[in-house]
Amino acid sequence: MHKKLAGSHIFTIFGPMNFSEGVKDGLPIGLGYFAVSFSFGIAGSNFLSWPLVTLISMTNLTSAGQFAGLQIMTDAAGTFIEMALATFFINLRYSLMAISLSQKVSPSFGTGKRLLLATGITDEIFAVAMSKKCVNPIYFLGLMTLPYIGWSSGTAVGAICGEILPAMVTNALGVALYGMFVAIVVPQMKVHKPTVFAVAIAVALSCAFKFIPALSCVSVGFAIIICALVASLVAAALFPMKDLNVDDEGAGK
Amino acid sequence: MNIDLQTYLIYLLVMAGVTLFLRAVPFILLRKKLKSVFWSSFLAYVPYTVLSAMTVPAIFFATDSRITGACALLAAVVTSLFGGGLVTVAAVSCLAVLGVDGLLLVL
Repeated sequence: MHKKLAGSHIFTIFGPMNFSEGVKDGLPIGLGYFAVSFSFGIAGSNFLSWPLVTLISMTNLTSAGQFAGLQIMTDAAGTFIEMALATFFINLRYSLMAISLSQKVSPSFGTGKRLLLATGITDEIFAVAMSKKCVNPIYFLGLMTLPYIGWSSGTAVGAICGEILPAMVTNALGVALYGMFVAIVVPQMKVHKPTVFAVAIAVALSCAFKFIPALSCVSVGFAIIICALVASLVAAALFPMKDLNVDDEGAGK
Repeated sequence: MNIDLQTYLIYLLVMAGVTLFLRAVPFILLRKKLKSVFWSSFLAYVPYTVLSAMTVPAIFFATDSRITGACALLAAVVTSLFGGGLVTVAAVSCLAVLGVDGLLLVL
């Protein structure tokens, strides 16, 4: 079947967007995930056998959400409702990312592919995908492959040798995840000054939720959502990004 | 093991189900390109505001002491400013914690 090519409706893709290119872009994320999920494995090994800890990573592929989930799971007072609510609020940001990503994907991204590949929408994979002009399914599959393997295997290795490592090392591994976050945010702040402003608001609000007693009753997951929404809304209102590829036509405007 | 297998499986199902729902539903439903510059800008800012809100102040409480957490953040920002990638920055921040911990032990 031939698709009708409408006037300027051309999908310009800079650089190859195939499986191997995705794998290449996913390599640093996969390595980082291995280190971070290693610390999740260590945390989980205190309560669960290593296959059960690993299964959490294989079915969730989230960082903060899994750590919170593990806490609720192993807490005697934890309930299924609490698990659902905490997971919902902590991971609600993935919905925002899914909406953002839906603006970037090629028309070949059908419903089935979106359902299967949605698991790949993590903070880091999303950030890399958003740096591309347009994302097709095979590139995205390549991009999420090594992070998925890294996250799952890192958890398994961490859970298995959790009891071997000295506390000083596991303590240090606790910051690996945040290091990765910094590595994504800072380069954008360097090239785009309004992002500095947006980040400053987000950080200030986040600190307010932590340190102002009246606000500290708000759950961590919900606080993150409020911080991100407010900071992004204010930044978008004051510093809209005019050079964004708002529609397919680009140069036609 | 603290919980029985059946309870674990229900927890796992709830966790994984909610997570997939949050990712897949908006991804599948949104088919049209947003025309609004405002909303496109808003969505472009989201990853950075989410990650920075998750990092600060949480990183200060990720280790046994506030000092090592602060050093980890500083090390990560500086390494990143000098062009370090994901793994390098994560590794340097872990090493900063180890280094400062070691230094505090010696002093």
